[in-house]
Amino acid sequence: MIQNSLAKTVVKLHVNGETHEVMVRSADTLLHTLREQLGLTGAKRACENGDCGACTVLINGETMHSCLSLAIETINQPITTIESLMDSPIQRIFVEKWAIQCGFCTPGFILNCHALAKKHPNADEEVIEEWMQSNLCRCTGYQEIKDAVKAAVQAEKQA
Amino acid sequence: MIPFDFEYYKPETIPEAIQTYQELRNQGKKVIYYSGGTEFITFSRINQMAADAIIDIKGIRECHVLEQQGDQFVIGSAVSLNKITESSIFPLLGQTVKQIADHTSRNKITIGGNINSRLIYREGILPLLLSDAKVKLARSEGELVLPLTNILDKELKIGSGEFLVQILVKKSYGSLPFASLKKTKITKVSYPVVSIAALVKDQRIRTAFSGVCEYPFRSDQVEAALNETSLSMAEKINKAVSLLPAQIIDDIQASREYRTFVLKNALHEIMDSLEVAPA
Ligand SMILES: Cc1cc2nc3c(=O)[nH]c(=O)nc-3n(C[C@H](O)[C@H](O)[C@H](O)COP(=O)(O)OP(=O)(O)OC[C@H]3O[C@@H](n4cnc5c(N)ncnc54)[C@H](O)[C@@H]3O)c2cc1C
Ligand code: FES
Ligand code: FES
Repeated sequence: MIQNSLAKTVVKLHVNGETHEVMVRSADTLLHTLREQLGLTGAKRACENGDCGACTVLINGETMHSCLSLAIETINQPITTIESLMDSPIQRIFVEKWAIQCGFCTPGFILNCHALAKKHPNADEEVIEEWMQSNLCRCTGYQEIKDAVKAAVQAEKQA
Repeated sequence: MIPFDFEYYKPETIPEAIQTYQELRNQGKKVIYYSGGTEFITFSRINQMAADAIIDIKGIRECHVLEQQGDQFVIGSAVSLNKITESSIFPLLGQTVKQIADHTSRNKITIGGNINSRLIYREGILPLLLSDAKVKLARSEGELVLPLTNILDKELKIGSGEFLVQILVKKSYGSLPFASLKKTKITKVSYPVVSIAALVKDQRIRTAFSGVCEYPFRSDQVEAALNETSLSMAEKINKAVSLLPAQIIDDIQASREYRTFVLKNALHEIMDSLEVAPA
């Protein structure tokens, strides 16, 4: 049985293919731990309520709100953050399609799009719409984001 | 940031979970079972929920089952809403839970967490009410299987220390005609103004509702009205709406008058889509 007392404990997290030791309270969210302990600030802190998707990461390849996961819950599970997609084709597509304004929502959108393209390389409009409803863009650049997502899905299909 | 500390336990078996709960309770601690954890985290962050210890049931194999066993579907309480939809195991349930929250949240929200939610919606329970589902509970005296409705009194009444392990639905319900409809205020991702699940069994329509009253419900009287062959479609719906088990909600999402209007239209849509023949 995995357990953690009231005290802070050192646990291992598997992030972007590397194992890191972090010191957590049971109450620490994954978002807090990634940002404050590992310096991985790509996952953004905003609503902390599961409403905006700015904190999206992949856990076991599935999109998750890191604000709605405890760090302790994710022991032994592969975690992927936006930092692992640096200089990736999907990042370039977002740049080329002008799918970025202030950039605050971008890591969440890119990770969601990355997972979508891997799982549904033949995603139709309805599936794309369903997945992208998880992320809000406060600059409202939805049309450009949609174009980028479609291009990324298309690129994955051809890969 | 959750403003208080708590102990975390992730047992691998049902007896280990039950025993852990009892030991912690004997120490005077407030303990809660934790599944997807989204409700615990969001409410704890704003000090509307608290615990000295949480027991994460996601390590328990039985809580992850999602398969046909003999003549029934077995759905573990810790299965995520997306997994239920993707499995196509019980299409009415899959379609109904697909309307809850957003895609990313549905990777984390579990069916056990949804139907035990402290929120009034609990939309995942609607298909279970229509399909005479049973539940398997873990207790210190051993497991107990009983009809869901036996422990439903507006909300699920599960005894202290007990938890929901699985939901059992007769396979035959998986092939009946069904419909599921959710109406929200503006955006698609939102709590329901009205959410209705329906299926047709033995040429009678069954309906269950969320967002209409302060708790999700299925009502014999409402169904009797909707199945009254001597009435026109409009008469059936008006009669059904006059027989709801509680007052229609009047809140920031929708006034009572507007909700009633939406409810009637949604019922019309459901009856049409199921081709429930007007008299
Ligand atoms: C962004 C967002 C949008 C949402 N939108 C909707 C919506 O549209 N419709 C809707 O119906 N709901 C909606 N919800 C509410 C959500 O379905 C509930 O909060 C649900 O409780 C979350 O499930 P969980 O598994 O994450 O719960 P948890 O936080 O793990 O548990 C919730 C409660 O259930 C208890 N519990 C969990 N599992 C069990 C079990 N096996 N046995 C006994 N008790 C148990 C816990 O002790 C706790 O009290 C939304 C939630 C979020 C975060
Ligand atoms: S910060 Fe996690 S969903 Fe908004
Ligand atoms: S680009 Fe600014 S929030 Fe989306």
